[in-house]
Amino acid sequence: MIIGERKKVSEIAEMLAGKKKILVSGCRTCVAICMAGGEKEVSELSSALMLISDRDGLGWKMEENVVERQCEKEWVREIDDKIRNADAIVSLACGLGAQTVADMYPEKEVYPGLNTTFLGVPEEQGVWSEKCLACGECIIHTTGGICPVSRCAKSMRNGPCGGSSNGKCEVDPDTDCAWVAIYDRLKLQGRLDMMTDVIEPKDWSKSHSGGRRKIVRKDLLIQPTDSSGKEVVE
Amino acid sequence: MSEQSNLEKILSSGKFAVTAEIGPPRGADPTEMIELARKIKGSADAFNLTDNQTAIVRLSSIGSAVLLMKEGIEPVIQMTCRDRNRIALQSDLLGASAIGVKNVLCLTGDHHTFGNEKSAKGVFDLDSISLLNTFKNMRDTKKQLSGEELDSAPNIYLGAAENPFATPYEYRAIRMAKKVKAGAQFIQTQAIFDLDWFERWMAEVRKMDLHEKVHILGGVIPVKSAGALRYMKNKVPGMIVPDALIGRMNRAEDKKEEGIQICIEMIERLKQIEGVHGVHIMAVMWEQIVPRLVTDSKLMPRTSV
Ligand code: SF4
Repeated sequence: MIIGERKKVSEIAEMLAGKKKILVSGCRTCVAICMAGGEKEVSELSSALMLISDRDGLGWKMEENVVERQCEKEWVREIDDKIRNADAIVSLACGLGAQTVADMYPEKEVYPGLNTTFLGVPEEQGVWSEKCLACGECIIHTTGGICPVSRCAKSMRNGPCGGSSNGKCEVDPDTDCAWVAIYDRLKLQGRLDMMTDVIEPKDWSKSHSGGRRKIVRKDLLIQPTDSSGKEVVE
Repeated sequence: MSEQSNLEKILSSGKFAVTAEIGPPRGADPTEMIELARKIKGSADAFNLTDNQTAIVRLSSIGSAVLLMKEGIEPVIQMTCRDRNRIALQSDLLGASAIGVKNVLCLTGDHHTFGNEKSAKGVFDLDSISLLNTFKNMRDTKKQLSGEELDSAPNIYLGAAENPFATPYEYRAIRMAKKVKAGAQFIQTQAIFDLDWFERWMAEVRKMDLHEKVHILGGVIPVKSAGALRYMKNKVPGMIVPDALIGRMNRAEDKKEEGIQICIEMIERLKQIEGVHGVHIMAVMWEQIVPRLVTDSKLMPRTSV
């Protein structure tokens, strides 16, 4: 899922200088699960901002709400009145949710309340780690189910670099070396021969390096009769 | 165009080679580097010019090569995948070859978070192995990575690094085999402090017949203090430094001299190991000591072939 981390309250407060009616809008999906932008966090941020407003006499009027999925227009439409009523929207959703609101209400100012950090998984209570870079061409069947593109600091394709120490990454002694993990996994599976071939460089054109990506599924397109369907049909 | 480098001639004629490293300056004034080159020239068959080593911004290795070739030094330019994508790497190889550089060491590169531009975007489009393979194909098939034909091929002797002291240990010889497959003609190893460890690794290498397929140069670093050894043991990823060596250095009265002696002993022992075809001296910030090390390990004079 998408992992995010809330910005500092002071940083958010600074962005909101001069605003009056502020809507803090969260999302019940990924960012709620990683405890950065769900119901609880929305209410915490809102109270914290209120305290600053009271302390500094800013006169902010806070409004809160959490949508099911802020990256989907249908859900955002449900809070249309709240958005129209606000002069600043602090989105505690990921960058996708924040931009959905921003694109749907171009006249409104949207402020990111969190930094969208990575695509990752919860490892244990309070720990999340990156496991995918959305590179556009998955190859983990060749690496024992472990993604070296995201889990190796150098996205190595041909095995570990020379900095791998005691199974840890040269960049951070608390992070496992992805290639040691891959080696151990392939060894366990009796497939170490997969690490003897010279692997071709990755085709980065399928990643963001090839330009902004878009998927159009002709079989799923609805005819552009939908009044709000500008982005739907290309 | 097909004139071999001095290093290649020495290695392919079966002679024991000596290479040493020169770190370019952190500025645009090359005077000191040139003066150093004049002093240590002749003590090695070729000199590696590092490529922004440990991700510290320095005068470029190709720029340094131009300057030092004028002084009669044969360069080995180091090229890392950290700062350049495949377009820049291929272009720089053509440029290097055009100005007469004949040896290239292909590296992935230390991560930029070690250096002095920590906010940099790491490139890592290729890795050391795909870089070797790309350069090999440019030379041998006159084709760039995409498959397009070049107008002319670069003339280049290809090297790589290998670190027997990094994890997973059992994979390190296999990884070197991969580098050989990809195009490596010579290998400079990570600095050796634990010789027993290195010998065990060399035994694996010989079992795979790799010493017949590639010229291995054992890496050494002369150190001036026990602190330097401890630093490498604890802070430099992928290094093994035995405590006994640190103890020996601790007990020594003249630490610098002891450091020199340790290094000479290491070189002497490397000379005895079957399959080791040379030594690579990385006297970081102490390059002036190279002639003494080479002389005292009875590797002088260096004859250019
Ligand atoms: S130590 Fe391992 S994870 Fe870290 S950069 Fe090197 S290969 Fe990648």
